Amino acid sequence: MEKILLLGDEAIAQGAIDAGLSGIYAYPGTPSTEIMEYVLGSREAQQQSVRSGWAANEKTAMEAALGMSYAGKRAMVCMKHVGLNVAADAFINSAITGANGGLIVVAADDPSMHSSQNEQDSRFFGKFAMIPTFEPVNQQEAYDMMHYAFDVSEKYGTPVLMRITTRLAHSRSGVIRKPVREQNTLSLPKMRNQFILLPANARKRYKVLLENQDAFLSDSEQSPFNIMHEGKDHSLGIIACGIAYNYLMENYPDRDIAYPVLKVGQYPLPKKQLTELYHSCDELLVLEDGYPVLEEQISSFYGLGKKIKGRLDGTLQRDGELNPNKVGAALGMLHAETLAVPDLVAARPPKLCKGCPHIYSYNALNAALEMHSKGRVFSDIGCYTLGALEPFEAINTCVDMGASITMAKGAADAGFVPAVAVIGDSTFTHSGMTGLLDAVNDQSPITVIILDNATTAMTGGQTSSATGKIEDICEALGVKKEHVIVMNPSPKFHEENMEVFKKEIEYEGVSVIIPRRECLHTAARRIREEKKIKEIESMKN
Amino acid sequence: MKKDIILAGVGGQGILSIAAAIGTAAINEGLYLKQAEVHGMSQRGGDVHSDLRISDREIASDLIPEGKADMILSVEPMESLRYLPMLAADGWLITNTNPYVNIPNYPEIDSIMAEVKKVNQHIAIDANKIAADMGSKRSANMVILGAAAPFIGLPYESLQKAITDIFSRKGEAVVNVNLKALSEGYAFAKKLINN
Ligand SMILES: Cc1ncc(C[n+]2csc(CCOP(=O)(O)OP(=O)(O)O)c2C)c(N)n1
Ligand code: SF4
Repeated sequence: MEKILLLGDEAIAQGAIDAGLSGIYAYPGTPSTEIMEYVLGSREAQQQSVRSGWAANEKTAMEAALGMSYAGKRAMVCMKHVGLNVAADAFINSAITGANGGLIVVAADDPSMHSSQNEQDSRFFGKFAMIPTFEPVNQQEAYDMMHYAFDVSEKYGTPVLMRITTRLAHSRSGVIRKPVREQNTLSLPKMRNQFILLPANARKRYKVLLENQDAFLSDSEQSPFNIMHEGKDHSLGIIACGIAYNYLMENYPDRDIAYPVLKVGQYPLPKKQLTELYHSCDELLVLEDGYPVLEEQISSFYGLGKKIKGRLDGTLQRDGELNPNKVGAALGMLHAETLAVPDLVAARPPKLCKGCPHIYSYNALNAALEMHSKGRVFSDIGCYTLGALEPFEAINTCVDMGASITMAKGAADAGFVPAVAVIGDSTFTHSGMTGLLDAVNDQSPITVIILDNATTAMTGGQTSSATGKIEDICEALGVKKEHVIVMNPSPKFHEENMEVFKKEIEYEGVSVIIPRRECLHTAARRIREEKKIKEIESMKN
Repeated sequence: MKKDIILAGVGGQGILSIAAAIGTAAINEGLYLKQAEVHGMSQRGGDVHSDLRISDREIASDLIPEGKADMILSVEPMESLRYLPMLAADGWLITNTNPYVNIPNYPEIDSIMAEVKKVNQHIAIDANKIAADMGSKRSANMVILGAAAPFIGLPYESLQKAITDIFSRKGEAVVNVNLKALSEGYAFAKKLINN
């Protein structure tokens, strides 16, 4: 069969489509975004009526996928690692209900924090939920695993987790496809009560999950993704998880590695192979592109008997993603001297696009806050977070999606008034609405600025669930109509906007200001698309 | 055959069009390919780079090891220097000379070019000027690709075919402009190495 060039994310998407996927749910987040985008653009997915489209947040996405699984069909839900925190309640409980149609949860981790607030390792969540977890080594395996993971999910009636990291998600390589499989038909779960997690049922279901652990383990031990490569030199045994295996092999261009290597792509840990390796080698080296999840487990399995090298003992750097050089150094390979970066090379940090509407919101807000002491602006995650940098230095916090409104409320509760929240439109409907309700119920004196650029810009301009609804939502939550104010963030209205900010900041209740102007990139793309449609229509006429 | 190429530039400069051309040509030649790119934050006017690896043997890592890149191909001069630790001792540095100034402390262009010239094997080309002289500012990237073409290890015709494939949706005129840009860059590099 012909090879097609796919990003790791796209391989997952194509793999799922070919494995009989009926629906995909997701909220955007680097590096997971391209999975949904691929399905949205796939003609095959369209022809097979695969449900696709962005959700309000990761929790709603996870629950909708669980609902599709309940109805017997194969579903997938995709998010970045921190998205799994948001979806955690649904995710952990789905391990108790179990799945009916195959259910795959994809979490894309970002070691080195290329575009994230932390580098948490989703394999912890897999272990926490006690469900089978997959970690592909390359694009082809990512593709192949989708068929396999849906099978595991349906065989044991359990959701499964697929964990990838940035480098695989955003790296392209050739992939060979499998024959396409039919979607499932509608069917109800085998056990009538399994999705009703009343304590009496939940206790039974938890026992089922516990009983499944042995089966999950033996599945791992027989998995085609957990492979033991024999080696003659037993002074060291190497365990390489997911993409770390590639960095190991890169150090052996002729693949002539003398040590035994256990390549791990499915969890729970394949205990049989691991024990074998442990007993046959003098020392172990653990390579994981993330937290020392496995290293910690085997260190405690076996006490301090044998030396286990990895991120915990300092053989490898404790934080940051792996690469071929770090792995080579851990193996004691000398690293040839390289050229240095000349001193004159200056940092080039990302910044708001020239003419971006957020610029004018911040200019007016900064001017309005000049009379107050510093540190009053609680912000959130999106393009507007770049307002933290020069020349704006307009915001003082960015923690997790939605935290702007609630943190401003808490600070105001403490007597820190005025307190201002700055949040993007997509972030507002993701996790800001409930916080606004808290503020309204408590009559907290906060000013909430919802920057409405009609898109989810930071992650590449996906449709925003908030578009066209923000005023209605705020009023419905109880913000007084006269304190829901829309403005045009343009330099033309600088003075006027500054006065509005000033006035609402003075107001001792909840007010919402909505600077509204489309993101430049989204606008340009919309205009291009509209032009194309017009051209096609004029050709028809 | 193995070529490890670091593509460098600034977000929005379109280095991925170069990656697509080399990648398509490599696949057409039946080679293995891995290409790691950066999405997200750094696209807003920040520095961006992509690791492009082609080989006749299966490729292990998505990332190029330090000191092993056969080439740095940069559409911006200061950015070409940022990745020098990646370059092999006998590697080529191929860069556009046209600076993209979006930071207040952008260094003197002469000092940048002095650093470029310290690299044993380098080609510095004013791709923007060549493209503008052709009346097609937007094809500067293909001029740079042309300048790199003698060292990529792929037949020139194969790059031409890839460009034809990639741009065919946009019509014959666009294809021809990009092919012309490729040949201008190619001629520039050929002349340099023959002197
Ligand atoms: C829980 C969680 N999900 C997703 C993300 C990724 N993410 C960061 S910013 C952002 C989009 C923000 O869009 P919006 O609030 O509209 O602001 P804009 O970028 O458009 O200015 C997303 C999806 C994240 N950081 N955390
Ligand atoms: S992508 Fe849009 S919202 Fe983000 S900085 Fe650029 S113009 Fe502003």
